[in-house]
Amino acid sequence: MKSQAVHQGRLKTPFYSRLAALDTVNEWHQWKGYSSADSLFCEDIEYFAIRNATAVFDLTPMTKYRITGPDSLDYLNRLVTRDMAKIRPGRVAYAVWCDDQGQVIDDGTIFHLRDGEYRLCSQERHFAWLKTAAIGFDVTIRHETEDVAALAVQGPTSFSVLKTMGLEGLEELKPFGLTHLKFQGTELMVSRTGFTGDLGYELWIDPDKAEALWDALFEAGKLFGIRAIGTHALELARIEAGFLAAYMDFLPADETVRTGVSRSPLELGLEWLVDFKKPNFNGRRALAEEKRNGSTWQLVKLDIEGNKPAHHSYIFGNEKANKGQIGFVTSAAWSPVCKQNIALGTVRTPYGKPGSSVWVEIYYQREMHWNRKMAKATVVDKPFWFPPRRSATPPAPY
Amino acid sequence: MKTYDAIVVGAGHNGLTNAAFLARAGLDVVCVEKNDYIGGAAVSRNLYKDWWYSNCSYVCSLLRPEIYRALELHKHGLQVTPYGGSVTFMENGDYYGSYQDAEVSYREMARFSRHDADAYKTYSADTMRQCRFIRDFLLSTAPDPTSFKPSDIKELIRIGGKFLDMGEDRMYETIRFWTMSVAEYLDEYFETDVIKAAFSGSGIIGTALGIHSPGTAYVLLHHYMGEVDGNVGSWGFARGGMGAVSNSIAGAFQAAGGELRTEAGVDRIIVKNGKTAGVALENGDEISAPVVVSAMDVKRTFLNCMDKDDLPESFYKRVENFKIRGSSGKLNIALDGLPTFPALPEGSSLYHSDMHFIDSMERMERAYDDWKDGTWSRDPYVDMLIPTLNDPTMAPPGKHFMSCFVQYCPYQVEGRAWTSEERDAFGATVIDQIARYSPDFKDLILHVEIRTPQDIEAEIGITEGNIFHGELTMDQLLFNRPVPGYAQYRGPVDGLYLCGSSTHPGGGVMAAPGANAAREILSDLKRRNTVPENFGDD
Amino acid sequence: MGERYDAIVVGAGHNGLVCSALLAKAGKNVLVLEANEQVGGAAVTREFADGYSVSACAHLLYQLQPEVRKELKLAPTLSSEDMTTIALAEKGKHVRLTWNTVAGVSDADVASYRRFKKRMMRFADLLRKYLNKAPPRLGTKDMKDLVTLGQLGFDIRRLGKQEMREFLRLIGMNIYDELDERFESPLLKGALSLDAVLGTHLGPRSPNTVMTYLYRLAGDHGRAAIPKGGMGSVSDELAHEARVSGATIRTQMPVKRIIVENGRVTGVETEDGERFDSYTVISNADPKRTVMGLVGARHVETGFARRIHHLRSKGNAAKLHLALDGLPIIEGLSKKDFAERLVIAPDEHYVERAFNPAKYGESSPNPVIEMTFPSFRDQTLAPTGKHVLSAVVQYAPYDLKGGWNKEARETFRQAVIDTISNYAPDIEQRITASELLTPVDIEREFHITGGHWHHGELTLDQFLFVRPVSGAAQYRMPLDGLYLCGAGAHPGGGVSGAAGRNAARAILGREKAA
Repeated sequence: MKSQAVHQGRLKTPFYSRLAALDTVNEWHQWKGYSSADSLFCEDIEYFAIRNATAVFDLTPMTKYRITGPDSLDYLNRLVTRDMAKIRPGRVAYAVWCDDQGQVIDDGTIFHLRDGEYRLCSQERHFAWLKTAAIGFDVTIRHETEDVAALAVQGPTSFSVLKTMGLEGLEELKPFGLTHLKFQGTELMVSRTGFTGDLGYELWIDPDKAEALWDALFEAGKLFGIRAIGTHALELARIEAGFLAAYMDFLPADETVRTGVSRSPLELGLEWLVDFKKPNFNGRRALAEEKRNGSTWQLVKLDIEGNKPAHHSYIFGNEKANKGQIGFVTSAAWSPVCKQNIALGTVRTPYGKPGSSVWVEIYYQREMHWNRKMAKATVVDKPFWFPPRRSATPPAPY
Repeated sequence: MKTYDAIVVGAGHNGLTNAAFLARAGLDVVCVEKNDYIGGAAVSRNLYKDWWYSNCSYVCSLLRPEIYRALELHKHGLQVTPYGGSVTFMENGDYYGSYQDAEVSYREMARFSRHDADAYKTYSADTMRQCRFIRDFLLSTAPDPTSFKPSDIKELIRIGGKFLDMGEDRMYETIRFWTMSVAEYLDEYFETDVIKAAFSGSGIIGTALGIHSPGTAYVLLHHYMGEVDGNVGSWGFARGGMGAVSNSIAGAFQAAGGELRTEAGVDRIIVKNGKTAGVALENGDEISAPVVVSAMDVKRTFLNCMDKDDLPESFYKRVENFKIRGSSGKLNIALDGLPTFPALPEGSSLYHSDMHFIDSMERMERAYDDWKDGTWSRDPYVDMLIPTLNDPTMAPPGKHFMSCFVQYCPYQVEGRAWTSEERDAFGATVIDQIARYSPDFKDLILHVEIRTPQDIEAEIGITEGNIFHGELTMDQLLFNRPVPGYAQYRGPVDGLYLCGSSTHPGGGVMAAPGANAAREILSDLKRRNTVPENFGDD
Repeated sequence: MGERYDAIVVGAGHNGLVCSALLAKAGKNVLVLEANEQVGGAAVTREFADGYSVSACAHLLYQLQPEVRKELKLAPTLSSEDMTTIALAEKGKHVRLTWNTVAGVSDADVASYRRFKKRMMRFADLLRKYLNKAPPRLGTKDMKDLVTLGQLGFDIRRLGKQEMREFLRLIGMNIYDELDERFESPLLKGALSLDAVLGTHLGPRSPNTVMTYLYRLAGDHGRAAIPKGGMGSVSDELAHEARVSGATIRTQMPVKRIIVENGRVTGVETEDGERFDSYTVISNADPKRTVMGLVGARHVETGFARRIHHLRSKGNAAKLHLALDGLPIIEGLSKKDFAERLVIAPDEHYVERAFNPAKYGESSPNPVIEMTFPSFRDQTLAPTGKHVLSAVVQYAPYDLKGGWNKEARETFRQAVIDTISNYAPDIEQRITASELLTPVDIEREFHITGGHWHHGELTLDQFLFVRPVSGAAQYRMPLDGLYLCGAGAHPGGGVSGAAGRNAARAILGREKAA
């Protein structure tokens, strides 16, 4: 057998040629081995493409698994905390899965592609865990990250773009719905999902058709302000939408070294995803106990006074900061659409009840000099950005 | 005649470290060394033309950064240049490599198994957790569990607290980790034979155990510790070879006013009226001091350099039964040029990495079976490196130095001394194994130094040439190391101390035993402590 | 729907019987379901050739815990007791070991042996105390756990400074080094090595073998006996006691699955589809079979299933049964010596070398052997004048490369007979029938995954707090209503009854606490 050299350096997604052609700032980072753009032109303008027109984001590096076999539903139901029996073919579920201690390993979306056939899509890689979880189930799990090219098409005009492109039937597609269409003879899966909290879709196709899909999309989008975006703009949008990110707002429990640094779904404000009435799922015993005895941490959405983003801030229970730190900010941003100083953070219970106040310690720099400010923050329980167009079906033709 | 405050016997890295900390506390210290060069097993030796061999220890991974910093070793010429990665050549012509870039390493692992590639992060986290748990104990004295002394009880409580802090599940995992074999530990994470074989080497290096022997998972940590510190350059080559480590510590010692005497082998340690009084050298000279610190291994110290009558009988018996086994040998090779490994792409970073030639768990274990039968492994586990690719000072331009650590290699062949034919046959076994993957290798060889455990013992003095000064099995770790009841660096005679790798926390070029012993000695002498504390967690 | 039982015990192995008898004595309505025709599991007497019967698996009784004897008023009739171990030498210069003396070795060895056994028995007694208790959980605030832990610490300290140090040093050590330090006689070292490795996947050089040796002593200090009528008679006595106490035992009722509803156990279903209800199901089956087979991995947590999946439970001990038309001739043995325990383990290296191939899925070409002639004092086992040889032989790895096909079995059987022939040259001519039970056969016949004596390797990483795996060490599985009472649970195998008794106490204690 001849040895095979592994590819050194970064991988390119099937859309790389198109992204590179649009790129003017040369700001890239590594995402699961792939080159992924931080920004392609101007972060602010890319952000407003999400909120005002149509933004296209290459999400091919997202980890994808195909789960099939007679036990696929039972398997997923044991894996994740929500009841997958309620997710019919053609529907998508946001879900979290936990280790035995009820600590979140990751969150992701599960697409019920066809009867008994699923795609699980997550930021991190979990093949070893998914295989272990499959002991005793008749399922096949296939890693298919490289086999599927994916684009997020997000923003108020996204529906119009796709319609102009000739994709039929999207009027009826509800949030968290998916449909199989044809694009140049190849199957194109379209789901009404996204990471922006706005009207938007995700497109999934064979990598061979990736460039053609991109070209058709941008041709159709010309009149609708379509723009390719990088991660920075998306990051701002996801904080506004109140979505969590692994390695930002929580750590995959199976990769933690220290005690007490992982979080349960209850602690992450995801109790609505935990269905104690469904059959056994992983972490159930621990979560039931946590529900009885109370959680240690609480994820909070913070509306902070002033306009200085609270990056990496400590959170205190009172203004004088002398009663000890009660938590810290995990994601922070100034929201251009809400004109709000927003953040996600984690605080010790019983702090963090909606409507209560906490104080965050903000450090900011002005002309090289660092300043410190204690800012009052209100715990809110709704996403900062939740426009009606996000869920309107059929979507309005902007 | 001059009386010193303390005599340190043996100028290996631990002896020198100990001497340096004692001298820094203002003691008048002399460090005596039997050879005409210092360094013990951390040396760079000029044995062939312009080549400098790290002819015993060959990489610098465990040297405690606390000690490095406290002794300001950079001011005394030490520079550690990082290297990384490893490659395992396979019989089928393929190879498994690990790279500096985590994503490339991931893809390489996924080439064999997607499952293993993803399991690696959990494996890393779990192993790291164990490293963190024991790292704290490296620069502290192991508490005696039988003792009621407040310091011991306090330390036991501290350890207990750290243990409890892990939470119930991870406590059990810790118990299992400390007792299981490296093979079984790896089986719980990985499915690919070559990946397990590549990782398992760290569980047996320097021990007379096989990968299936319970207790070997723990040995992994002795080799992972460097990575855990997260300090750049903690895994690497000492520029100029391993002698640079000893020389820099010696520099720190001398800067603090210490005196070094080479060619001053100790014949015996003098005990008068139940107290340590000094040492008698092989040349007949005597040096007196109320404190004698032995950096020699525990057997050599007590069985060769002391009168049996000066020692408690049960202690003597325990020392006799202390397990210190020759299990590894070394080949140091001068090369006329860089050998090529056709399986690797040209210019591959893996040339700079650790190279191995055993691709299955079965071959790993079979290598051990040969040793149990009293012979060297016919298909040995070789850890091969070419330091000159990173460090141009060790060989003339364009030429190279190759270091091969070889396991298993017994102290004696079938119970008797090595013959020179056997030594050559042992060397040929290793060279043939490498040549199978590098056709031009043999033609490039200019000089080979073959070192069996017997040779290492003869030259450096370590009993059976064991790199750790004693097996790292449960019965010889922590409060059991070297002898239960004498695990706190104090010998059974007043004023006599141990500071070599036979003591906690054991071998590797860590310098922790030397430093820990210094702390205990200074405390006994009611002197200011000069030994740094652990950097601590986070 | 039928009657609801207070408890259902799956499997009438000796531990299952002990457990059910104790529960029944406490007034519980207990049903025991056994797959085989006979009760006893691996503690059975079975005819293997016309007119010849033998203890099919376990053949020596040396660990039956006094607590079990007392509480169940067990008094098995013994045909041989306090057996001498005779380490066979080819030239007839055998070494004879009793529980505290040795003969046929140097005076130094005689003295060493006395000291060695004294210390080992002291440690074994300490261990024994904890074999008869559920292991405490770590890191809980439960008083009972804290008390047990404190007691353990206290008991170790109470050994005295010197002995405590020795205990902590020895517990992880290999028997090889310990024997090498103490003894000269190869035969003595071989026999003691054998005792340490019998029933394990370890060689005498493997660390941990001091612990397995202590485990063997943690009963009658290693004094072995043969029950009259074979091991089955002990099981029959236990079954009788269970029945008298009110338990119902039904044989030929293989359980297909343990029923789980709404996250808890609610009963069992047999292969025939019959359903029995109970909120307490106690499995005498091994942990793998219990979780993966009977319950289904899906009903437990993933991490837990992973641990069970990785539980090491592949046996190496085979049984060889020979029907003989008369006693063989062994040089240096008197006739009455055939009542004793004969071992073939000429020295410690031999034992280690026998182990080597097992690591690679090969059987030992020169196996180690423990043999008895149970018919010598028990005429019920063989026709008059004829005899039965019952031997435990190692190493016969479960996962043999290429599988235990006819050829592999014949190779191994012949290796064993050749080895015995070195000592008993006429053995081959005396054989009229034979039966070899490899771990694969033991798995099939006795439903023990991997055919392992202990249902799971008896090593420190699968012992005490972590036996069979963490999260299930207190007999209670992480599934409401499910318990384990077999050898896979703490403390392990051997006909000791400890696991069954501890399980019963854990279940009753829990009920009391509730």
